[in-house]
Amino acid sequence: MAVDPNVESSLSDDALELFVEGADWESVVDAVEDDTLTVNMGPQHPSTHGVLRLVLNLDGEVVTKLTPIIGYLHTGIEKNAEYRTWVQGTTFFTRMDYLAPLYNEAAYSLGVEQLLGIDIPKRAEVVRVILLEFNRIASHLVWLATGGMELGSTTMMTFGFREREHILDLFESQSGLRMNHAYIRPGGLAQDVTSDFVERCESLLELLPRKIADYEDLLLKNPIWNDRLRGVGIIDEQTCYEYGVTGPLLRAAGVPWDLRKAEPCLGYDEYDFEVPTETAADSFARFLVRIAEMRESMGIIRQALDRLPDGPVMVADKRIAWPSQQALGPDGIGNDPEYIRHIMGESMESLINHFKLVTQGFTVPAGQVYVPLESPRGELGYAITSTGTNKPYRVHVREPSFVNLQAADVMSRGHMVSDVVVVVASLDPVMGGVDR
Amino acid sequence: MTAISSGATTYIAQSVSLFDGFDGFVLPLVLKIAFVLQLFFVVPLVGGYLEHKAMGRMQHRRGPVEAGPFGVLQLVADGIKFIQKEDVIPRAADRWVFAAAPGVAMVPALLVFLVIPLGPGVFALDLELGLFYALAITSVSVLGVLMGGWASANKFSLIGGLRAGAQLIAYELPLILAAITVAVQAGTLSLVGIVEAQAGFMIPGTGINVWFVFPQIVGFGIFFISAMAELSRPPFDMPIGDSELVFGYMTEYTGIKYAMYMLTEYAGMITMSALMVVLYLGGWQLLPGVPMPGCEGAGGLFDCSPIGIALSVLVTLGKIMALVFVMVWARVAYPRLREDQLQRMSWLVLVPLSLLNLAVITVFKVVF
Repeated sequence: MAVDPNVESSLSDDALELFVEGADWESVVDAVEDDTLTVNMGPQHPSTHGVLRLVLNLDGEVVTKLTPIIGYLHTGIEKNAEYRTWVQGTTFFTRMDYLAPLYNEAAYSLGVEQLLGIDIPKRAEVVRVILLEFNRIASHLVWLATGGMELGSTTMMTFGFREREHILDLFESQSGLRMNHAYIRPGGLAQDVTSDFVERCESLLELLPRKIADYEDLLLKNPIWNDRLRGVGIIDEQTCYEYGVTGPLLRAAGVPWDLRKAEPCLGYDEYDFEVPTETAADSFARFLVRIAEMRESMGIIRQALDRLPDGPVMVADKRIAWPSQQALGPDGIGNDPEYIRHIMGESMESLINHFKLVTQGFTVPAGQVYVPLESPRGELGYAITSTGTNKPYRVHVREPSFVNLQAADVMSRGHMVSDVVVVVASLDPVMGGVDR
Repeated sequence: MTAISSGATTYIAQSVSLFDGFDGFVLPLVLKIAFVLQLFFVVPLVGGYLEHKAMGRMQHRRGPVEAGPFGVLQLVADGIKFIQKEDVIPRAADRWVFAAAPGVAMVPALLVFLVIPLGPGVFALDLELGLFYALAITSVSVLGVLMGGWASANKFSLIGGLRAGAQLIAYELPLILAAITVAVQAGTLSLVGIVEAQAGFMIPGTGINVWFVFPQIVGFGIFFISAMAELSRPPFDMPIGDSELVFGYMTEYTGIKYAMYMLTEYAGMITMSALMVVLYLGGWQLLPGVPMPGCEGAGGLFDCSPIGIALSVLVTLGKIMALVFVMVWARVAYPRLREDQLQRMSWLVLVPLSLLNLAVITVFKVVF
């Protein structure tokens, strides 16, 4: 295997270098004499996306080495999931990559459904596609907003978050939560979409293209934006393969690799859409790719809205489907009185089934699956192992943020400190996903 | 032109400050100090409020709304808050240098207000070398920035301070070259004299009065960009660069010392805008060729009645705020440049351009 020289050096370096301790100022000044400076950036730093810590070796202002140090947001979600039922797992995994929660839910649910050997209703599938694509747009908007802010463009920050808020409103109206929805579950959806769902989506599809055109007005020909992004953080096709980098970074290097085309699930093969690519492989190319992806996502949503069928959103199998559709009380939540009457007054078997499903959950046949999904950041893969019990034996997640973050070193070398900010922003890592 | 410049010099000899009417030494001095201090504390706050509000409006926010009517007292509230904050000095810091640095940065910004003419006679001091004084004294501010960067015992502060130093060296040159060009055209270094020269400046061959911004639009652009760079205003805020250097040379500063740095920045915006108004935009003249109501004297700008003086001051402040607004606008529209791009822009674009500008204007001046 051809190994990039940078890969080798980053692996062979002394691990002790990872520790940057507070030092007496005099000794720091003495150390400057060899013209190199070790600077600790993060975990409390304005531009390291949450709690990423970067140790930079600087020659003047030029980066000679970048070491990402992760683990500050470790949540133990993967381990915790081994002690929860299959349905409860959704509520955990949605909290990993908190900018793309629905992708985590969908990939996990798809894996469980594969193990169960069930097909979900068509309506649930189409609703999943709609919400996933909206989630992709929302995630790219946050990327644009935070990336802009890190480059000093506070306007892009307010604009990006403003439009994202509209998308979160849609999510909230359907799932009850802005983030961490636990809306997509093994077997379908937690509940059916509301009656104004299509209308809400339509109004978003009317709003977003105008706003995205605004962003392009603000940034596309902005000389400073161009100067800062062009030629910065180049990672070519071959290096992408070596590091396992996927997503917009790979597509910006000219590879039309998109799992929605390559390994379509959720009926993605029935939709007509393009995979935008660029060839420059720099941060500006990634900016163009992500903008184009937002447009493509809107095209997919439009097609999905046109074909949204009626019907159930959960599999009919009573051994898997959550027994009750929650009714909407005046406080936003509530039980379904009809259903309560049924299990409490009419059918002992239904009550037992309810009790078993809610407390114990369903069992999943023994087996192992790997489900990849094209998340906004790249290949999000769920490797799920079941031993035939009501809990997962092991769920391992291939997180695109984690994998892509490895490339930060090779992308930053030879650039200035200011470019590290651009590189990290264009990688779009979400620390919740990196550390899990 | 000779007639005009000689006219200007004769007039400057007579131009007296408002405060010269009082007898004695102490009273005018106290009045002058009060005048400069109120300029220093009030006008920058107005500029800061304008920044908050304009930026908020452009970014679909409301800006400050709680402190005072329409949030006008927000910066005052901020100031009170800063005074209450604990004054933290890092253990490894060079204590005296660390403590002195914000003052070294702030005092020059205060001293510039001495020579800035807001209207006929509304200035503390009319120096023959007013322009030279203003440009020289503003450069001292960066010393405070460098001191703060070094004394903080923080790598981010150090890099921020060094960036500020490099930035000052790079942009001082085009700034001064642009200002010299104005002095060449006006034939004087006195700020009042430059205003007067503009009131008498005609397009050659016609009787149409224009300000210096007309022949020197290139110089104005150079001065504006250099001024923003010298003030470390976004998009040239690399010395602070919050996404890279946390907060640059200000990282370790808290409380009132931090507030002094911030006040220096806002005051710098005002002084630089005021200099641009004086050098290029005709000072307190409302429109080119239009005498100020209630004023006589050269170009209808001097010997004013109290109403004329008040109007002149309002016109100057209005122009200053318009320029501050443009600075805020640039901040909203542009991301931050990179350090090397900033240097390249100065040495490869602005310096040659300002030299060319100086040459062209000088030839123009000699020929006509």
